[in-house]
Amino acid sequence: MEAVRSQRKSLVSTGVGSTLPLYRSAPPLEVRLEDFELYAIDRLRVLKGISDALSRGKKPDEMEKLVLDLWKTNMRHQHSSELLNKDIISHFVLRLVYCRTEELRKWFLSIETTLFRYRFRDEPPEKQRALMADFDLPYKAVTIAEYESVKEKLNQVARAIGQPITTDAIYYKVPFEEVPELVAGRRVFIQKGNAYIAMNQVVSLVITQFRSHLSKALVLTNRKWTSMIREQEKDRLVPIIEALSTSYLGPDYNQPREHAEISLKDIDQIAKSSFPLCMGHLFEKLQEDHHLKHGGRMQLGLFLKGVGLKLDDALAFWRAEFSRKVGAERFEKEYAYSIRHNYGKEGKRTDYTPYSCQKIISSTPGVGDHHGCPYRHFSEENLRAALTRMRVGNRALEDVIDKVRNRHYQLACTLTFEAVHGSSCDAGVNHPNQYYNDSQRILESQVSSSWTNTKMACKGYLCHCDFVIMDLVV
Amino acid sequence: MNREEVENGGDDMLIDRDEIEQRRLENAVPEGFNADYLKAYYGKIFPYVDMFKWLSYGNDGKHPGCDHSYFGRREFSFTLDNDIYLRFQSFNSVSELENAIKEKCPFKIDIGPVYSVDPSKRHAYSQGGDNIFTPVEKELVFDIDISDYDDARYCCSGADVCLECWPLMTIAIKVIDTALRDDFGFSHILWVYSGRRGVHCWVCDGKARRLNNEQRAAIVDYFRVYKGNENSSKKVSLVGPALHPFLVRSHTEVLKDYFEKRLLSSQNLFLNEERFEKILEMIPDESVTSELRGRWLSNKRSREEINVARWDQLKNLLQSNKQKGQGLRRCIEEIVFTFTYPRLDMEVSKHMNHLLKAPFCVHPKTGRVCVPINPKNCEEFNPSAVPILSQLLGELNTGGFKGEGDNEWDGTSLGDCVRYFRESFLQPLLKSCKEEIETSYNAKVQQSRNSISW
Ligand code: SF4
Ligand SMILES: [Zn+2]
Repeated sequence: MEAVRSQRKSLVSTGVGSTLPLYRSAPPLEVRLEDFELYAIDRLRVLKGISDALSRGKKPDEMEKLVLDLWKTNMRHQHSSELLNKDIISHFVLRLVYCRTEELRKWFLSIETTLFRYRFRDEPPEKQRALMADFDLPYKAVTIAEYESVKEKLNQVARAIGQPITTDAIYYKVPFEEVPELVAGRRVFIQKGNAYIAMNQVVSLVITQFRSHLSKALVLTNRKWTSMIREQEKDRLVPIIEALSTSYLGPDYNQPREHAEISLKDIDQIAKSSFPLCMGHLFEKLQEDHHLKHGGRMQLGLFLKGVGLKLDDALAFWRAEFSRKVGAERFEKEYAYSIRHNYGKEGKRTDYTPYSCQKIISSTPGVGDHHGCPYRHFSEENLRAALTRMRVGNRALEDVIDKVRNRHYQLACTLTFEAVHGSSCDAGVNHPNQYYNDSQRILESQVSSSWTNTKMACKGYLCHCDFVIMDLVV
Repeated sequence: MNREEVENGGDDMLIDRDEIEQRRLENAVPEGFNADYLKAYYGKIFPYVDMFKWLSYGNDGKHPGCDHSYFGRREFSFTLDNDIYLRFQSFNSVSELENAIKEKCPFKIDIGPVYSVDPSKRHAYSQGGDNIFTPVEKELVFDIDISDYDDARYCCSGADVCLECWPLMTIAIKVIDTALRDDFGFSHILWVYSGRRGVHCWVCDGKARRLNNEQRAAIVDYFRVYKGNENSSKKVSLVGPALHPFLVRSHTEVLKDYFEKRLLSSQNLFLNEERFEKILEMIPDESVTSELRGRWLSNKRSREEINVARWDQLKNLLQSNKQKGQGLRRCIEEIVFTFTYPRLDMEVSKHMNHLLKAPFCVHPKTGRVCVPINPKNCEEFNPSAVPILSQLLGELNTGGFKGEGDNEWDGTSLGDCVRYFRESFLQPLLKSCKEEIETSYNAKVQQSRNSISW
């Protein structure tokens, strides 16, 4: 690839030196492939952290602190001049990662918007005003004459929502559709289709703009991705992008727990006591049908690897079941390979870490498949039956079903864990192997934690060109 | 109705069997309603052209900016007399619409959203990955049902309604209509009697039709004063040190007067212990409630103005309570709101793809036509005076003067209703639709000129 490797240009920042970029277009910047990936991983930690907090129903003031903390811890750079670049580059890399399906776009859009909201609120007023100007918002502050004519109403709203009344307040007049959250809370005065928003409410307006701009941009990025980048970059960026989208950023469950090693004879026992429902179900089906389709083999196989089943035992385990259905010979020919593969003994390096809940929940099992997350993929009736078999009591069962109805699958799983173990699970369930580990820990009354071992699942690639020109790919 | 047509429907759904049976029985001796009457109504009276003009929003014109696919992308659904439910019907012209209605003779016609593509061909589009069959426009609608007011009226319950409780609907129309116009800036608003127990509202401005679900939900929440969920008891909660201007206006211009001058006496809100206890429950102050209770229990003589007298006592006591102050005074407003403030069916308004019964349908249980209500003098509207199907047909037979062809309704008591629809709703609406089409067309032309010259 021919690229002019000039000195890295520093980005033109917003006029007043705001540290909050609007990400209007990808910068004409060359980025080392390594940074391309590492920056993205750091931002992804922030986004995942926000996503987890939201799904646990954190309140706005808790969120504010949490978001800013996450940002400070993960988006550091040893050269402060690089902070803004890191911010912008990581955002655009993740656009590539999350532009590819409707579901990914939705997630990215909502989390990036949340991130932007709290970062914006953290800016001082003059910078907020400058950012508004950067957004090209066509709204002007209302004139004094107009302000006087509605002053009484504006003060009434301020009193109603418990805001201090100031006489020199700046108000903006915008179509009410632009600030739905303020309309919904009756937090603004509305007249003839226009909402009068106070300076400290401007964030709602900016957020609407930010979201709609990003939403459109993601669709365009997706088009560019499918029409060009996917093909052009198939040996270089695509593997990175794909690894990023499935990477799980919690503890590394590829390494079995310390000292943990299980032997084949115990497996029935621990399946009963410590497998989450998704794995327990696969395990049961395997014993019933002596067969699992590909998705199920991967989900259960990698999980068992994470649990500490050694390769030889894994082979013996799968052989014992499959040969009853397809015969020992066919097993060796068709299936043994992929099991070795999971253990990294055959083929190229690929991301064969055990699947996270997020990945399992977003999978799409078809006819005859038994993988996936039962909380998401079972009918309510089947789920109730399965939970009853796990001896989840009535009251807890209704709580679980309630969470499922609200699509909080991992919370449902957490409640199940708590019901089955009679012990709380504060971290929530994020990974089947975490479920297993926590369960074992409780059962063994061990206190040692495996949470410190946080190794990334993604590794850098260095191929024939180790620079990426951002505005060419995003 | 033959089998074949049923199968053509594609997405037919059978309504619960029991309900069908029950409805059969109820309709066995119809009062003012049966399938033959309905045939005659659809044959001679139903205002097809006006409906078509309305839902075309100017796109049936000759202007190059008109979108001729517009009406054809609108979903209609029919409920037939055997309770078969045909969804995703669509029509490309007024005659297609008219023929389908005459042929199928639906007991109920619902109007859904305008989709991105013709809804009857949606399967053809669902093949590709991203589903492009999606609602793109829909009037902002409201559905207000008297049966949601059962804890605020003593004259009737459930689906029944009389002249004593109908003012609750009048209040709803006044409060919502004013807010839609003055606050949200809408102007093309159609109110319709739902045929039995409530009213529907269609906000038809272009801006309203294009609201997304989040924006619709925001408007609904703006109107909401009940806390707790929809299934729990309706409890008004007016928190905060002051009320929002919208609530203040609704209170002073509508609610207060209707409460004090009408409902207080007509519903006998303080008549007996059981009733006044319900109100005392809303006052969070023992000393006040026990004082009032004491007075009222010892004075049981029932007088004409007992309701008014007790309400005055309650107000005086609450207002005079200096040290408890605002919190208690707010109770007065909360009581007024509880017995008067509009109760909306939130879900209907929140989602673009919700269906709502079309105006000029006939309610199968009452035989009454779903006629428009003029919000300007909605206090004069009398549901028991709404034309009944059998009456209309009678007028048609005995009728003296009849208009030409499509104006059969002219000689009937539906005439005024259709005229109101046409003159006060449709004409101004179409005028602004034409302007909008013109403006957006010019903008497009300008834009393409610019891009060519680049
Ligand atoms: S939440 Fe996670 S661990 Fe629990 S069943 Fe679903 S995928 Fe498995
Ligand atoms: Zn009544």
